Amino acid sequence: MAEVTYLEAIREALIEEMDRDGNVFCLGEDIGAYGGAFKATEGLLDRFGEQRVIDTPISEIGIVGAAAGAAHMGMRPVVEMQFIDFIANAYDMLTNYVATARYRAMLPCPMVVRGPSGGYVRGGPFHSQNPEAGFIHTPGLKVVYPSTAEDAKGLLKAAIRDDDCVLFFEHKYLYRRIKGTMPAGDHVTPIGKARLAREGRDLSIITYAATVWKALEAAEQLEREDGLSVEVLDLRSLSPLDDDAITSTTRKTNRVLVVHEDTRTGGIAGEITSRINESCFEWLDAPVLRVTAHDVPLPYAPPLEDFVLPQTSDIVTAARTLAAY
Amino acid sequence: MATRVTGGAKRGAARTTPRNDVHPAGLTRAQLLELYYWMRLTRTLEERLVALYRQTKVVGGLFRSLGQEADAVGSAFALRREDVLSPLIRNLGSMLVKGATPVEILRQYMAKGDSPTRGRELNIHFGDTERGFIGQISPLGDMVPVMAGVTLTFKMRGEARVGLVYVGDGATSTGAFHEGINFAAVQRCPLVVVIENNGYAYSTPTRKQTLAQQFVDKAIGYGVPGEQADGNDVIATYEVTKRAVDRARAGEGVSIVELMSYRRKGHAEHDNQSYVPPGEIDKWARENDPIDRYVARLRSELSFGEAELTEIDARVRHEVDEATEIAEQSPAPEPLDALVGVYAEPAAEVPLWYRRGKRSAVETNERPEGWGTFSSANGSGKAGQVAREND
Repeated sequence: MAEVTYLEAIREALIEEMDRDGNVFCLGEDIGAYGGAFKATEGLLDRFGEQRVIDTPISEIGIVGAAAGAAHMGMRPVVEMQFIDFIANAYDMLTNYVATARYRAMLPCPMVVRGPSGGYVRGGPFHSQNPEAGFIHTPGLKVVYPSTAEDAKGLLKAAIRDDDCVLFFEHKYLYRRIKGTMPAGDHVTPIGKARLAREGRDLSIITYAATVWKALEAAEQLEREDGLSVEVLDLRSLSPLDDDAITSTTRKTNRVLVVHEDTRTGGIAGEITSRINESCFEWLDAPVLRVTAHDVPLPYAPPLEDFVLPQTSDIVTAARTLAAY
Repeated sequence: MATRVTGGAKRGAARTTPRNDVHPAGLTRAQLLELYYWMRLTRTLEERLVALYRQTKVVGGLFRSLGQEADAVGSAFALRREDVLSPLIRNLGSMLVKGATPVEILRQYMAKGDSPTRGRELNIHFGDTERGFIGQISPLGDMVPVMAGVTLTFKMRGEARVGLVYVGDGATSTGAFHEGINFAAVQRCPLVVVIENNGYAYSTPTRKQTLAQQFVDKAIGYGVPGEQADGNDVIATYEVTKRAVDRARAGEGVSIVELMSYRRKGHAEHDNQSYVPPGEIDKWARENDPIDRYVARLRSELSFGEAELTEIDARVRHEVDEATEIAEQSPAPEPLDALVGVYAEPAAEVPLWYRRGKRSAVETNERPEGWGTFSSANGSGKAGQVAREND
C-alpha cells in the first residue's frame, strides 16, 4: 500500500467513519467549501454534502455545545477547531457541560473535538499551543495525541466510535512531514494504550506527539555517541494514561526522562513523575527528569521559539545527565 | 392535545363538565383546567420544598418560581410530547408539564440515592430525553448551543420535532447565548428561545444587564422573528409560544419569545432581596399574581365553578403529600456510587488506595455539632461560619 501523510491519514479516518456510520458528521469553521485551514476535510463536502459537513459561524462555544446536543440525540459529531488554541473559548462547554453530562445527567456525549496543535512552525502565541493539560485534569474527557500517521488514523477512528467525548490533538508540524503505511482493513487503535517506539535497556524516554520524533533522534545519537540503549515510549493516549506501559518501562530501565512540548508547570510530566514515584520508587536508580517547554507564551521569531521549545539536543543533554546519575 | 404526560391531568379533565363554548387559544375546557393544575402543582410543590428546606431536609439551595408559574407552564404547554425543552432554575412548571414528577423533584432536592441523578446534581438540574427535557447546568446560556444541536439533529433527520430553551434576562449577556442562537438561526434549526424577563439576575436589575429597550429587540440582529408577551398571563404565554413552535415545526427556524414576569422571591431561598425597592414585591403579589389572575378569569369570563378549582387544589395537595411521604423514605446514595458513570468505559473509577475496603468516607465523629465553625489558636472564638448555601 502507498504511504500517506499524517494529514491524509486523518482524512481517511473521517471518510471511512462517515461511510460506515450515517450518524457521524463534521462541523467547524471553513471545513466545507474550503476543506479546512490545513485541508484535513478537503473533499468531504462533495462526498457527503452540506448536511454532514457543516461550515459554522466563528463560535467555538456554539459549535461544541451544538455537537453535545446532537450527541445526546444519538449523532456522532466531529468538531474541528481551526487551531486548537481556540479550544479555550469552548473550555466551559467542554469541562462544565460535556465532561459532566454522563455523570450528572446520564446523557451520553459521543463526540470528537479535533484540531491542529503544537509548535515548531513559527505560528506564534495563538497558533502553536498544546492545551492538553487542562483537559487531562477534567474527569469525563478522553485525550489522545498521536505521533504517527498510522495512529492518527487508528486513534481518530477509535475516538469517533468511543461513547464519550474524545479530544483529538493533531500535531501540525507532523501533518505533511510524517508518512506511514496504513494497515489493511478496519484499522482502529485502542484508546489508552501506549506504543513502544524504540526498545532499549539503559534509560526510558516517555513522551508523545512531535517530541516522539525528537526523542527517537536523540536515542540514535546517544547510541552512536555514548553507546546508550534508549527506550522510547509513545503515550498516544494522555487520558487515560497507560499505567502498565509506564510502569513496565520504568522497571525495565530504572531511569526515566519525561519529555513534552507543553510548558513545564502543571504539565503532564508532573503527573507521570508522580505516578512513577508512587508505583516504582524502589526500581528507580535516578530521579525522574523532565524536558519541557519553558514557562512562557510561545514566541514567533525562530530564535525565540527554538529557545523556548524542547529540542533534540536538550533531550540528549538530559539523557546523559540521567545515565550518569 | 398539547403535552400530556401524567395521569393526573387526565383525571382532572374527567371531573370537569364538557361544554362546547369557544375558548381562548382554541384550548378545550379540560386543557384550560390542566393549565391551572400545573400552575397550582408548581406552587404547592415549591411550598412543600420550603417546609423541607426549613427542616434541613433539602441539602442545598432552594430556588422558587413564585410569580412565574404561568410563563413556565404556558410555554411548555405549547409543545408536543415528542418535542424537547431545556428548563432553567425557575421552570419547575415546564418540567412538570413535560412529565417530571413531584417525587423526582423532592428526591432530587433531598439528595436521595434514587433521585434522577442519584444524588449527583442539585435541585431541578435533571433531564430525561425520553420525556423530552434536558437538564440545565449552572453556567448560564450554555443550554442554547446544546439545544441548537438537539434541534439540528431534528432537522438533519427530517423529524417534525421542535426544541425550546429557556434563558433568563441575565443569560442574554453571555457569549453562549449569542453563539447558540446565531448558530441555530443560520442553520434554521427548529428552536424556540424563550427569554424570561423577571426583572432580576440574582441582584442585578435588567437595566444593568442591557441597554436594549426590550430583549425581543435582539431578534432583529439574529434575523429571526421575536414576540413579547405577558408572562403572567398563562393563555397569552401559551399563544405566543405556540406561534413560535408552529413556525419552527413548519421549517421556519428560530424564534425569540420574551415573557415579561417578575421574580417575587430571591435568587435562592437564602437571598434576602435587600436590593429590591420597598413595596415592589408586594405590589406584584397583590396585583399580578399569575394564579390569582387565571383563577379570576376561569371563574368570570370562562364560567368555571369554584368546585372545579378546589377539587384540583385538593388533588394537588394529596399528590404532593403522597410524593413527600415516598421521597422522605428514599435512601441516601451509597458512597461508592460516587465513582460510577464518569465514562461509558470504564464503568466505574477505582477507589484511592486509602479508601479501599471502606464503605463510607466520613466516620460518625468527623462532623460533630458545630461543624463549619472554626476557633483560632488563641481561643478568640468563631472565625466564621461556612454558609449553608452552595448555590
